[in-house]
Amino acid sequence: MKQTGKSAISVKNLTMGYGSFILQKEMNFEVNPHDIFIVMGGSGCGKSSLLRVLTGLVPPLAGGVWIQGTKFSGASLQKQKEIMKNCGILYQSGALFSSMTLAENVALPLKQYTDYSEQTVQEIVSLKLALVGLAGFEEFYPSEISGGMKKRAGLARALALDPDIVYFDEPSAGLDPISSKLLDDLMKNINQSLGTTLVVVTHELSSLLDIGTNSIYLDADTKTIIGRGKPADLLKNPPNQTVYEFLTRGKQKNDR
Amino acid sequence: MKLDFQKRQKTLTILLEGNFLHFDAPAQKNELYALAQNSAVREIAIDARSLGEWDSSLVVVLMTLMQTAKARKIAFKTASLPADLKQLLELALAVNRHPVHDSNQTEDFLEHIGDWGLGFMASLHRGLVFLGNSFHSVGRFFTGQAVMRSVDLWQALEECGPKALSIVGLISFMVGLILAFVGAIQLKTFGAQVFVASLVTIGMIRIMGAIMVGIIMAGRTGASYAATIGTMQVNEEIDALKTMGIPVSDFLVLPRVVALVITMPLLVLLADFAGMLGGAFVGTALLGIPAEEYWKYAWSAFGLTNFLVGLFHGLVFGFVISLCGCYFGVYCGRNADSVGVATTNAVVWAIVWMIVLTGVITFFCEVVGV
Repeated sequence: MKQTGKSAISVKNLTMGYGSFILQKEMNFEVNPHDIFIVMGGSGCGKSSLLRVLTGLVPPLAGGVWIQGTKFSGASLQKQKEIMKNCGILYQSGALFSSMTLAENVALPLKQYTDYSEQTVQEIVSLKLALVGLAGFEEFYPSEISGGMKKRAGLARALALDPDIVYFDEPSAGLDPISSKLLDDLMKNINQSLGTTLVVVTHELSSLLDIGTNSIYLDADTKTIIGRGKPADLLKNPPNQTVYEFLTRGKQKNDR
Repeated sequence: MKLDFQKRQKTLTILLEGNFLHFDAPAQKNELYALAQNSAVREIAIDARSLGEWDSSLVVVLMTLMQTAKARKIAFKTASLPADLKQLLELALAVNRHPVHDSNQTEDFLEHIGDWGLGFMASLHRGLVFLGNSFHSVGRFFTGQAVMRSVDLWQALEECGPKALSIVGLISFMVGLILAFVGAIQLKTFGAQVFVASLVTIGMIRIMGAIMVGIIMAGRTGASYAATIGTMQVNEEIDALKTMGIPVSDFLVLPRVVALVITMPLLVLLADFAGMLGGAFVGTALLGIPAEEYWKYAWSAFGLTNFLVGLFHGLVFGFVISLCGCYFGVYCGRNADSVGVATTNAVVWAIVWMIVLTGVITFFCEVVGV
């Protein structure tokens, strides 16, 4: 369950975009094991696209991604599938299958990738739902629960295979402040108790300042990383005006 | 990995040794769970001093035992468990809710019948309101008051006109061909195979052409209407239209109805002639009827009344298919499954209504003698 080794994720000279349109060029960063790594930046800077590259949905234009020391981008589909077994993803909407109950949603990766007996599968499903505060909701359908609960159920599914890395795409989007805080606490708890590395794409300030242990800031204008470090430290010592404005909701630096 | 347990006096001691990764031993686990339920056991103690790596498969065993201890109000000693494992167990057991699930509530037979009746009345009312609004929009279209973008109408016309020509032509040709074959089997026995031309011509122009086009367009265009509008419902685009004060029947339904009502009779026309060509192919190439003779019989059977009745069927089917597609799209639920259900319903109900209305038109034609 605990990760060993050097970087959870290494990104080297990564250029990404679509066709001739470049979103970010020559990115280099490392995500350490047990980090809550925040990917932040303004709209259109390529945060979600980076997540799509990290999860193998879109190939990079140049450079590469290494996950736990193994080359991920450019690897065969079979190899990528093997590596992704160790990674969970929580999509913005939860992306639960509406025709399945929450238990069936969480059981899906377990049945696909493990040979656990039915009893163990059901026990793990109950554990994962309990971990995200949804004990007793096994037989509910996604349409019967709230948006915040859908995200938590999505997280339970992402955690089903005890992944070392979990990616989050805008986890706080569409949630009220209390649900958003609960989800943040849950992410911290999971990070601490399971030792899971979390990569979180977000621009929710309170959330990223609260949970982030490391981060990068993607800039849409220069198409490069213009800030890196713990978000709270970046707020104290901003490397430039753009990062400062982002972390202070548009305050000018000389207003300090 | 090694899971050992023994009961000494009132204490059930569980020894965890080595790595517990992918631990899956239902028989051993069930034996342990049963022992934990034993009324003589007053304390469960975990000895995890030699525990190595672990994953969820071990956590579930400990969680079940912890829940049993909690329910039986007996002691559960976890002193030797690693701190992160203990934290995980606390997190899993922090919330203990028992939500009520609606579908678990049972309904007696009379309630079920009552619900069905109320549901039926509600959907009948909804359908009539939709029909009324749609015809009102068609009326406004003729007076130039409808809120409709002309580009939507042109797109719909292209979608159900030129893009449907090839499939309608091919299927109708094949139907004409099949009609001729089937007819020839019987007519040959009387040496009257030349009447295949009359059979195919009357069959295609009076009803078969329209029916075939109706079925093709219900599967192709009606389903597409339901899926497109249903997805708009899922994405809250229909809510946006309503809150902007734009009538859904004008903006979404009208262009689709008008487009299909215009194109359906034209497609029926194409189907009629494609079917006759199919019949001619069988008659001349396979049954040995001279082409001139075949077409002489075909044209003599070609009555204007039959032809117009066929086109009228096309016009009615145009309304039926477009209204069914739009209705099920507009009243689609808000998840992916609902779009599938809406699409299926649109096709099934369009075909059902086409057959019912064909019966009504045929009866009416019989009464007035056409």
